[in-house]
Amino acid sequence: MEYFVQQLVNGLTLGSIYGLIAIGYTMVYGIIGMINFAHGDIFMVGAFVALIVFLFLVSVFATVNVVLFLLIMMIVAMLMTSLYNWTIEKVAYRPLRGSFRLAPLITAIGMSITLSNFVQVTQGPRNKPIPPMISKVYDVFGISVSAKQIVIVVVTVLLLTLFWYLVNKTSLGRAQRACEQDRKMAALLGVDVDRTISITFIMGASLASVAGTLYLMYYGVVVFSDGFVPGVKAFTAAVLGGIGSIPGAMLGGLLIGFIEGMWSAYFSIDYKDVAAFSILAIVLIFLPSGILGRPEVEKV
Amino acid sequence: MAAISPDRIENTSTFQRAIREAFYAGVIAFGLFFLLIGVKTDQNIRNELILVQRWGLLAIVVGLVMAGRFVAVAFLQPYFAGRNAEKARAPVVQTEKSFFWTHWTKIAIGALLLYPVVIVLLVGFQGSLKWVDNFGIQILIYVMLAWGLNIVVGLAGLLDLGYVAFYAVGAYCYALLGTEFGWSFWILLPCAGAMAALWGVILGFPVLRLRGDYLAIVTLAFGEIIRLVLINWREVTNGTAGISGIPKVTFFGLFDFNTSSPYYIAKVFGIAQSGSYYKIFLYYLILALALLTAFVTVRLRRLPVGRAWEALREDEIACRSLGINTTITKLTAFAIGAMFGGFAGAFFAARQGFVSPESFVFLESAIILAIVVLGGMGSLTGIAIAALVMIGGTEILRELQFLKAIFGESFTPELYRMLLFGLAMVIVMLWKPRGFVGSREPTAFLNERKAVSSSFTKEGHG
Repeated sequence: MEYFVQQLVNGLTLGSIYGLIAIGYTMVYGIIGMINFAHGDIFMVGAFVALIVFLFLVSVFATVNVVLFLLIMMIVAMLMTSLYNWTIEKVAYRPLRGSFRLAPLITAIGMSITLSNFVQVTQGPRNKPIPPMISKVYDVFGISVSAKQIVIVVVTVLLLTLFWYLVNKTSLGRAQRACEQDRKMAALLGVDVDRTISITFIMGASLASVAGTLYLMYYGVVVFSDGFVPGVKAFTAAVLGGIGSIPGAMLGGLLIGFIEGMWSAYFSIDYKDVAAFSILAIVLIFLPSGILGRPEVEKV
Repeated sequence: MAAISPDRIENTSTFQRAIREAFYAGVIAFGLFFLLIGVKTDQNIRNELILVQRWGLLAIVVGLVMAGRFVAVAFLQPYFAGRNAEKARAPVVQTEKSFFWTHWTKIAIGALLLYPVVIVLLVGFQGSLKWVDNFGIQILIYVMLAWGLNIVVGLAGLLDLGYVAFYAVGAYCYALLGTEFGWSFWILLPCAGAMAALWGVILGFPVLRLRGDYLAIVTLAFGEIIRLVLINWREVTNGTAGISGIPKVTFFGLFDFNTSSPYYIAKVFGIAQSGSYYKIFLYYLILALALLTAFVTVRLRRLPVGRAWEALREDEIACRSLGINTTITKLTAFAIGAMFGGFAGAFFAARQGFVSPESFVFLESAIILAIVVLGGMGSLTGIAIAALVMIGGTEILRELQFLKAIFGESFTPELYRMLLFGLAMVIVMLWKPRGFVGSREPTAFLNERKAVSSSFTKEGHG
């Protein structure tokens, strides 16, 4: 039982990171109906920016102040990746909006290749390890919970609360939901669609960069190709939860995290990704639009 | 002041705008690059990460971006706008197609057949290795894969992001059976195709109900599953180490290309030994396989099943209402597309003599899909052009050794290969969203055959 709860905690940590990335996928999909393949690489760029900021802070300050450091890393990473995603949307996706469906998909894949190789060229192909920032481990009823895991869950919860407020209570969120339901109608009613879409990309990038910072803190290492696997899994999570649905993305992220954690704990660590992808296929066979997704109504 | 011509006002404002745009581009580029280019993380002697500053490089890159933006706004945009206006003004004239364009398929095939001969005549057998192998075979493999995927994506309109899985099935089928039992390539080629087609059906069956991006993500997942199984099923596939010593293809058992064999081509014909015979043979083999794919595609489009695919792409509901069995139609598309992927995989294994899961990553699927879309889905010629441009272009980067003279000895053009590939994907797509060939020739027509713009064809929902 303790072992099970332990795995649940590990799954929750991992799932939080996937969920944060998945929200970016699901929001972009909801609003412009494209798979933003570059999103995983935005996550990786976020982790790299956090890494550089961390190294900079270490060289300036003598002692590591964890809270301050993490806060600065997250804010800089959010700003930088927002700029990246904003630029990418403007350059690569906006001109193709309203063009045929596969064109933005291909530019997104192109951007994904470009971003990961750009980081490889500029920052080198090696693993980038950092010394552990937090190493404290607490013992709660026989379950060891590391301070890192607590930080991840707390940051995720705080961020989601803020995000929930933004989407549900502000005029910006209302504009976003309107664009998601009917872009043309929203434009007719005076919603600035281009701006709303840009902000959606910025919000997605911010969440992904926080996930990147947390990932860097949790694993203590990042490499240029790190965008792909978490990216694909986060996208899997978004689809599993029902693409377009924000709570669904978080739920899907947690589910994928749990499946991975449980599978590597009870079966084999080698096949954990196979398990995650298989669950996706099985769920979609029975629920073709995900767990919380709206079924697509087809009009003739 | 009133004497200023309108032309002049136009000019200054363009320049002002260009300068303003260049400034904005510079600011954004600085924001994007100041951390990732301006600073490099490097390991010091104690294996700790340190920051190395590169502000000079950052200044150069930002400067280049600004200059590029200035040129684009000040010169390129007015030029293209003028050209488009001219095109719109010019009356559409039906011009008689020249001899070249009416016979260009034959000319292209002829040129491909003569290519190795010309290369050998130009640079001799030893020098031809690189040109036939890196350019000829490499590009033709991608042409064949893209033509195979075109059946699924271009004709049936089913978005498949895991096509490389079938390529892997074909390659491992030949690699395993060839090394374990020593069976010949010519027996295993159909086996590999059949095996891949079987997997196409197996993977296709559960996802039939899914549409659009759900289908895309599940095919991507299947591609990854197959790769992960190849990595982890070490007893059979030897894991990441891969399988080596895969037998070479023989010339239908008449003679072969192993220097140690008594039927080695040089011994049979009494000519000098050279590795390039095998490469030239492989070139013709892949050319034949690719042409087979094209031929089958062209013929299938005229059969009921091919028409059903295209109908499915255009409108699935109408298709079902007319009594077409969409399940069978989708499965045949998956199976036949997968079969050609399997053929290409078997060829790939034979050519490399070594397979490992490294060759079957998602990037390969993405590249193949990009070629299909960039070529203008459904157009065989366009796909071949796209493969030539994208694969040939990145291969050429390996050859640009003279850049070392400009940028110094430590400069390696190969490093920038995938970076430029990604950028090229974006730029080509922005430039031609409908792909290189923007017209289609419908197989069903009334009275006379006419090419129609590809904007009239749909890309399907599946």
